[in-house]
Amino acid sequence: MKNGQPRLRWTEFTVEAIIRVLGFSSIGFVALIFLFLLREGVPTFFEIPLNNLFSTRWYPTFDLFGTLPLILGSILVTVTAIVIAVPLGVATAVFVREMAPGWAREILKPMIEVLAGIPSVVLGFFGMTLLAPFIRETLGTPTGLTAFTGALILAYMALPTIISVAEDALDAVPKSYRDAGLAMGATQWQTIWRVVVPAARSGIVTAVMLGMGRAIGETMAVMMVTGNAARMPLTLDSLFRPVRTMTATVAAEMGEVAQGSTHYHALFGIGIILFVLTFVINLAAASSIFKKQRRGGLR
Amino acid sequence: MNRYWVQRLGFLLLVLVTLIVVVPILLVIGIIVVGGIEAISWEFLTGMPRDGMKAGGIFPAIIGTLLLILGTALAAIPVGVAGAIYLAEYAPDNWFTRAIRLAIINLAGIPSVVYGLFGLGLFVLFLQFGTSILAGSLTLAIMTLPIIISASEEALLVVPTEFRTVSFSLGGTRWQGIRNVVLPQALPGIITGVILGLLRAAGETAPILFTVAAFYLPRLPQSPFDQTMALPYHLYVISTQVPGMPMEIQYGTALVLLALVLSMSVVATIIRSYYRRRRQW
Repeated sequence: MKNGQPRLRWTEFTVEAIIRVLGFSSIGFVALIFLFLLREGVPTFFEIPLNNLFSTRWYPTFDLFGTLPLILGSILVTVTAIVIAVPLGVATAVFVREMAPGWAREILKPMIEVLAGIPSVVLGFFGMTLLAPFIRETLGTPTGLTAFTGALILAYMALPTIISVAEDALDAVPKSYRDAGLAMGATQWQTIWRVVVPAARSGIVTAVMLGMGRAIGETMAVMMVTGNAARMPLTLDSLFRPVRTMTATVAAEMGEVAQGSTHYHALFGIGIILFVLTFVINLAAASSIFKKQRRGGLR
Repeated sequence: MNRYWVQRLGFLLLVLVTLIVVVPILLVIGIIVVGGIEAISWEFLTGMPRDGMKAGGIFPAIIGTLLLILGTALAAIPVGVAGAIYLAEYAPDNWFTRAIRLAIINLAGIPSVVYGLFGLGLFVLFLQFGTSILAGSLTLAIMTLPIIISASEEALLVVPTEFRTVSFSLGGTRWQGIRNVVLPQALPGIITGVILGLLRAAGETAPILFTVAAFYLPRLPQSPFDQTMALPYHLYVISTQVPGMPMEIQYGTALVLLALVLSMSVVATIIRSYYRRRRQW
């Protein structure tokens, strides 16, 4: 090998070099994305005074760029979605992993994957044409396009993430934990909720975080069903009124702004906020992924 | 109340909750199929839109989406699979590799509309590709990258170490072992991952809003630098921007998009379960 086949060694060298470079590329892309958001978005902070930027009115035609209603809108919709999705998601994960007979699991898992695959614009379309009128009639609100409608759709979009990550977390709990619980005379139900779920706690928290990241970044469905009124959601009934999120603002307005205008920079500024927000959420979620918990016991 | 009764009630509750999760999925799919099936005809699938999109077909949107899938595949597959090979076969366990993994997790979490902004900033404006299939495909490719990398890496890692050892012991180099032994074994898993990534690209609207999508363009694109219509954007446009749009066409478009995406998902599932069953190790 040593004195022969120089061609082989050259191919080997080239191929490995290419693989290495492409292996590093993910870091490059994250950096590139941040760089270009900064490039187009940072001028916002010079062009718009801070007291305008953090005021309560988003009205770009009158040079009012208050981002607070948008940020609060995103938070309202996301938090509501998570409050709906977490109990549903965790319970479904427990059912699928701990109780469901084999045939039920075979049906449920592909169904949940299908939900993950439905394009957000299709869910938005469904929400607009059927869910919104339904909500208007049952709740008696003036319009069906409300923060609650958006949260409901978002909850279902976050569910596949929450269910599959929570399921993995339950899966990672050693069988000996369950055996020990049952051997102590606990019922299966008691074992699940007092032993298995607490042991999977950190993984379930990760699931919730990732679901939250998914919900806060969702764009099309939210834009189509929340009514897009940029008002401060401060009163108690805000949940049942139109609201406008950061993502919807960018998607709806970017098509109409002049390139290089203050409004254009402001939309990129919102992009920076979204990037940083999801970055932090994912970092927090990832830190618990990396914390590989070593547990004893038989699988 | 006896604790076995608690258990029975609890199980019943979990079944109910699972139904609350699953039934709406079936409902959405069922309603869109029932509402859209009437609209599907040969003319709808292969005709140009007419009368301000209120009549005729959605052919350019279908072709546009297929072209975007193709462009995304061409850009994302080589980079994604190479990235996975690096992580699974070469990467040492150090801080830099952890940084790469962190980057991948973050790429997966970046909101789709932020990808749109990035594509607009880099490909459309800075590199001057204009609003074009090229700019859209590259934007979608970066978005699908984390999906392809994670799935491919997983597929590579389940190939037992012995396969590599044997290749080494026969005098093969590291790359020969990967190319001739490990990759073929991991291929079904990689293909599944690629399809799942492309399915996501096919259904996304926000990244193509400012990078490629044309509101109304009743002809087929001629080059990678052309704009194109695309199914998800078309559905958005006809359901929110055009007043007086016949419901039938809206449902029909939603059905075509849903059918495309779900059939890709079914193909991916079939490949995965078929090869998992056939696998001998």
